[in-house]
Amino acid sequence: MKTRNNKAWFLVLPVILVVSFTALIPLMTVANYALQDVFSPDNRLFVGMKWFYDITNDPLIIDAFQRSFQFSIQALLIQIPLGIAIARIMPKSGWKASAALVAVSIPLIIPFNVIGSTWLIFSRKDIGLGGFLLNKLFDFDFTSDPKDGWGLILAVDVWHWTPLVVLLVYAGLRSIPQAYYQAAAIDGASSFAVFRYVELPKLRRVLLIALLLRFMDSFMIYTEPFVITGGGPGDATTFASILLTNIAVGQFDVGRAGAYSLIFFLLIQIMSFIFYTVLTLQDREEETKTK
Amino acid sequence: MAEIRLENVGHSYDGGATFALNPISLTWKDGNAVALLGPSGCGKTTLLNIISGLLTPSVGRVYFDGVDVTDLDTAKRNVAQVFQFPVLYDTMTVRENLAFPLKNRGVAKDVIATRVDEIAELLNITKYLDIRPLKLRSDLQQLVSLGRGLVRNDVPAILFDEPLTVIDQNFKWTLRGRLKEMHNSTRHTLVYVTHDQTEALTFADEVLVLNQGSVVQSGTASELFLSPQDEFVGFFIGSPGMNFLDGKVFDGAITVGSTQIGTVDGSSKLDNGNVRIGIRPEFLSLNTSGSGISVKINRVEHRGGYKMVHADAKEGKFVAKLGTESTLAAGQSAHLEFDAQRTFLFRNSKVCGTVNIKGAK
Repeated sequence: MKTRNNKAWFLVLPVILVVSFTALIPLMTVANYALQDVFSPDNRLFVGMKWFYDITNDPLIIDAFQRSFQFSIQALLIQIPLGIAIARIMPKSGWKASAALVAVSIPLIIPFNVIGSTWLIFSRKDIGLGGFLLNKLFDFDFTSDPKDGWGLILAVDVWHWTPLVVLLVYAGLRSIPQAYYQAAAIDGASSFAVFRYVELPKLRRVLLIALLLRFMDSFMIYTEPFVITGGGPGDATTFASILLTNIAVGQFDVGRAGAYSLIFFLLIQIMSFIFYTVLTLQDREEETKTK
Repeated sequence: MAEIRLENVGHSYDGGATFALNPISLTWKDGNAVALLGPSGCGKTTLLNIISGLLTPSVGRVYFDGVDVTDLDTAKRNVAQVFQFPVLYDTMTVRENLAFPLKNRGVAKDVIATRVDEIAELLNITKYLDIRPLKLRSDLQQLVSLGRGLVRNDVPAILFDEPLTVIDQNFKWTLRGRLKEMHNSTRHTLVYVTHDQTEALTFADEVLVLNQGSVVQSGTASELFLSPQDEFVGFFIGSPGMNFLDGKVFDGAITVGSTQIGTVDGSSKLDNGNVRIGIRPEFLSLNTSGSGISVKINRVEHRGGYKMVHADAKEGKFVAKLGTESTLAAGQSAHLEFDAQRTFLFRNSKVCGTVNIKGAK
């Protein structure tokens, strides 16, 4: 018999400790709040699942989640194809490639609230260039028209995050061996066929990562609507995270907010899990090779 | 199904500083099977890619049946090419992979189906037609790759870039036979790149030996074997390669050390100076009596149908391929004897004459 030495487990302790303080303990605090009605630090009441019941039946909250879903879907439908299209036409080598990469990456290195402020000013119909022109052309006013408010936030998200998709896809495209393109040329494949049968299958893994990251981030979008529209006009851009913050730090209703957070957290986990499972199903099928 | 003509075609990957392929001109007859043989980095794949259009040559023009195709892209040249390693479309089944080159060119569905079945039959992959190639072993994947190259009937040429590298040794023989058979019936122009001389010599009507970006000799298998025009060909073709020894020519007499081995054959006038004398192991005899360069037998290998005798002389080491009736054993002394027609003189690595043994004392 081999003697097993499990002392190495002690090496994991520091990580467990750090993760406890940064993730587990805060999460458990939230779970703790979610089961109580907290009036003040020493005046609290155990209410069981009441908040969960309340939240899943609150039309305001359900609306906010639906808005977030819709926003995510629209963001993905624009950003993924647009990102692939841009990555495909970017220069492949030389100084042009470096210049293109830097240009594409700029939105990613600007702080979120700066992006918000910039777009806020840019889009105002009185002092913003974009807002002024759009107002003249289409009567655009994101402070009063819900559709314009929604469109603006979507545009900001596309501007901000499409570059991430571009970078991921660009890296994926560069890793496809030249032989595949050569074979496709020999086989007389059209540009679309090359994309459909060579590039897309090879990009599946990076697209999965892009899809997951973009879904989670757009579903949790907060800073841009907070800075630009404040959730308005009306509640047109009151996404799940905006409403959560209003409940948690606006109304200081920590019990409701705790339950809300857990449901939010679970939803993202479940969605990500579904994405991942569906998209990696094929991989597992292919692992079994025919002898 | 086309004559391929290269006119002064060369390629440089670094803007002309060095040439991966030195400018060459050549013509391959329609329906010929041509092998490009040479060590890694000799420019054979570069030459192949120039013909298929994957690479535009730095200089020179390429003609198919007299038509200049240098500026045509790969798809328009319509050639087929098979790569060294499997290159497959992951999301398609084997059947769809084989059909792809035909589908892209708008061939009718029923024609595609028949053609795919034929090719699958030829390559023995019929039972894998409906699964995805990713699930196959790499040698089977390479067969699918090969099939995609063979599936089109109307190509001017089929180019192979060491296509059998990953194929199992036994099946390699079968497959080579089938390719040869297929070539005999379809008479496509085939260009076959390999570093394996057996493959080149058994497969091709004409073999081009490349070294360091230049064609050093082209000819049939027996021409390359029996009358190498270059030291490299002597050394590279044959197993083992040619024996070489340093000698001197003085007034037509060839001496190695202090031994005269013969005279320069009358037809070729040769200036006095150093030469290299090359003789294949097959044409070298060892005699226990007589004169000639004396050697000591170092080791004798029994190789079934023949014996490989390794002998040392102060002029160098020699290998001779002798019949099984030879009784030579390690430790014995012997004398080298050259076959008159098969002993060559090289100068600056090019052949410069043959040896007339009768002229020896």
